[in-house]
Amino acid sequence: MSKTATGAVLVATAVVLAFVPWWAPGYRTTLATEMLIFALLAMSIDILEGYAGRTTLCHGALFGVSAYVLLYHVVELSGSLWGGVVLGVIVSTVLAAIFAMLAVRTTGVYFLLLTLALGMIVWGVCLRWSTVTGGENGIRGRVRPEMLSDPSSFYYFVLIIFVVLAALMWRFVNSPFGRTLQGIRESESRMRTLGYNVHLHLFIGFVVSGFFAGVAGVLYGFFNNFVSPASVGLNQSVTGLLMTLVGGAGTLLGGLIGAIVIISLQVFVSEYTERWSMVLGLMFIVIIIFAPEGAIGKLRQLFAARVPRPASPSIRTK
Amino acid sequence: MDRRNFLKTSVAAGAASTLGSAWRAAHAQGGAIRVGLMAPLTGVVAAGGRECVDGFNIYWDQVGKTVAGRELDIILEDDGSIPDTALQKARRLVEQRNVHFLCGNLIGNTGLAVAEYAKNSGVPYFMPIIGVDDMTQRKRIPNVMRIAGAVTGSQCTRPLADFALKKGYRKLVTISADYAYGHEQCGGLVQTFTENGGQVLRQFWHPLNTADFSPYITQIQSMNPDFIFAMEAGADANRFMQQWMNFGLKGKIPVYAGNNTPDQAVIRTAGAEFEGVISAAQFSEGSDIPAAKAFVADYEKKYGKLPGAYALTFYAGAMWLKEGLAAAKGNVEDRNVLVQAMSKVVLRDSPLGQPVQLDDYGNPILDVYIREVKRRPDGKLWNVTVETYPQVSQFWKYNPEEYLKQPNYNRDFQGIKKA
Repeated sequence: MSKTATGAVLVATAVVLAFVPWWAPGYRTTLATEMLIFALLAMSIDILEGYAGRTTLCHGALFGVSAYVLLYHVVELSGSLWGGVVLGVIVSTVLAAIFAMLAVRTTGVYFLLLTLALGMIVWGVCLRWSTVTGGENGIRGRVRPEMLSDPSSFYYFVLIIFVVLAALMWRFVNSPFGRTLQGIRESESRMRTLGYNVHLHLFIGFVVSGFFAGVAGVLYGFFNNFVSPASVGLNQSVTGLLMTLVGGAGTLLGGLIGAIVIISLQVFVSEYTERWSMVLGLMFIVIIIFAPEGAIGKLRQLFAARVPRPASPSIRTK
Repeated sequence: MDRRNFLKTSVAAGAASTLGSAWRAAHAQGGAIRVGLMAPLTGVVAAGGRECVDGFNIYWDQVGKTVAGRELDIILEDDGSIPDTALQKARRLVEQRNVHFLCGNLIGNTGLAVAEYAKNSGVPYFMPIIGVDDMTQRKRIPNVMRIAGAVTGSQCTRPLADFALKKGYRKLVTISADYAYGHEQCGGLVQTFTENGGQVLRQFWHPLNTADFSPYITQIQSMNPDFIFAMEAGADANRFMQQWMNFGLKGKIPVYAGNNTPDQAVIRTAGAEFEGVISAAQFSEGSDIPAAKAFVADYEKKYGKLPGAYALTFYAGAMWLKEGLAAAKGNVEDRNVLVQAMSKVVLRDSPLGQPVQLDDYGNPILDVYIREVKRRPDGKLWNVTVETYPQVSQFWKYNPEEYLKQPNYNRDFQGIKKA
């Protein structure tokens, strides 16, 4: 896609997002807020999935842990709000570092299973350490600041953070470091031969991704004023991953598209049928068969077919 | 989308939404009463959720969906057995579908999530079954209350402890799934039991979905208790009782159980292993109370199976809503009026037995039945009342203020009195 086209798409997206509380007030603004939060989670997963070529199933845990820390700090310890926010993000990042140390040496299905196991450990701890985490019941309490209590101001708060983090992630994946990650995705052995420290790059990529998931988790804590083991469970990781894949892995903004599509489906399909999870499942199958490169990837392909030019470097070739 | 198109669509969307809200405002008074009903129709307790909805509907089918001259619009949402989903759906029911109040949910953590939302948004939330102790105790929310047949986790097990003591039992072992509802049911039991001369030999906690209970059962056997208390949910209950029988302990050591363990949802498909299990609950399907008999007969006729606690509590919950809405003269727009009316309901002639009303903390005071699993003449298992404890409160015989000074029950605090 040419620079001007990309720019136009970005500007259009920004304009649409900026005016959400006008054209979709009330509940739909709340929904848009949820989409942005999950978009951040999906994009953090995309750093590993799309750029480093590692499919992770522990980001739901990293995401939920920061919400847990925030709520525990504020509700149970009566600590300061922003202290809880900072601690939440730090704990997620540190946890990501620990997970990364264990996981970066593996690839493919082994990486998937190892991160799955690590995520399940977090879930298990949240479920069983009931004196701290409240067990099954979780922790609840008002953590969202008073000034953000109405839907539109909270939306703008989340939007600003979203834009800043999206820009940071964009910069990160398009930096020489990000290119190295892509190189590792394409061929780990070649990168090693070229003298790159593959494990270190993956480690840093993982930690950075965990940091972004942690920030998204804190926002989720604000959003729900509640956290329970379901927030750190496998379901959360899979939802995030599916959002990445639906939007298109390796496109970053695909996470936003995926979050919009999946949350809309969850909400609107369930209005018409009790079997909404079946509809979601069918949709995933259709996407995997007909557009495995995701929504943005598919659009790029169509666009590239109309205007013949060399394939974009970020389209995965298998 | 070019600029002109964008302007056009946004103006159109804006106009539509303004018109929409004006229309809603105009129809707010005097239109239908919108009830946001939530139940888990998918996920781990989907079968139970279905029974909740059936129980709720069967009542409205009997009496008609009109209260105080206003029609009732029941909007059903699936909470997916997941708190995050429950929260999402609650938000949508209130903010998009403009329901006047919320009602329902089954699993404790989904109820807690919705209650937190109710607290922050002020929407009234009525729980026909959620049993989390603290919601009507230490963390009470004024616009959130249990209604009709909802009991706290520890409410029914205290009379059960009393019943066991009267039988002369003194030594107890408990085995329970390791989650909040188990902690609370066990807590109520062992606290009352030990404060009145009983002794707890040991408490076992195992994860939900335990496949093999033999390590626990052999240990229980070697301790030789007078009776055991088992709090097992769903498939765990089937497995535990089956293995208990296989070890030859059926009939040797009496089994007392949590109110959910011998529920119809479990024993409907079970066999002889459940015969003789004693439990305490707000309802027994083999009850002699005329309203209960009628309800059981209606339900069995319509759905071809005996109702358990899920169907019953939602049925009685629907009765409660009708009473409350009538007392509020249908004025659901004023949340204070609605909450006041609901908290002052006195529910008579329900399958729950004697009149049920709420205490000052928003929790029902009701008769608790000690039940025994028996075989009906046609071979089906059901719970039959063997003794009634009238008008049991969530605080049993304690002074509420004194009681609330102790922490909520958990794995580490069970309120056991040191001998």
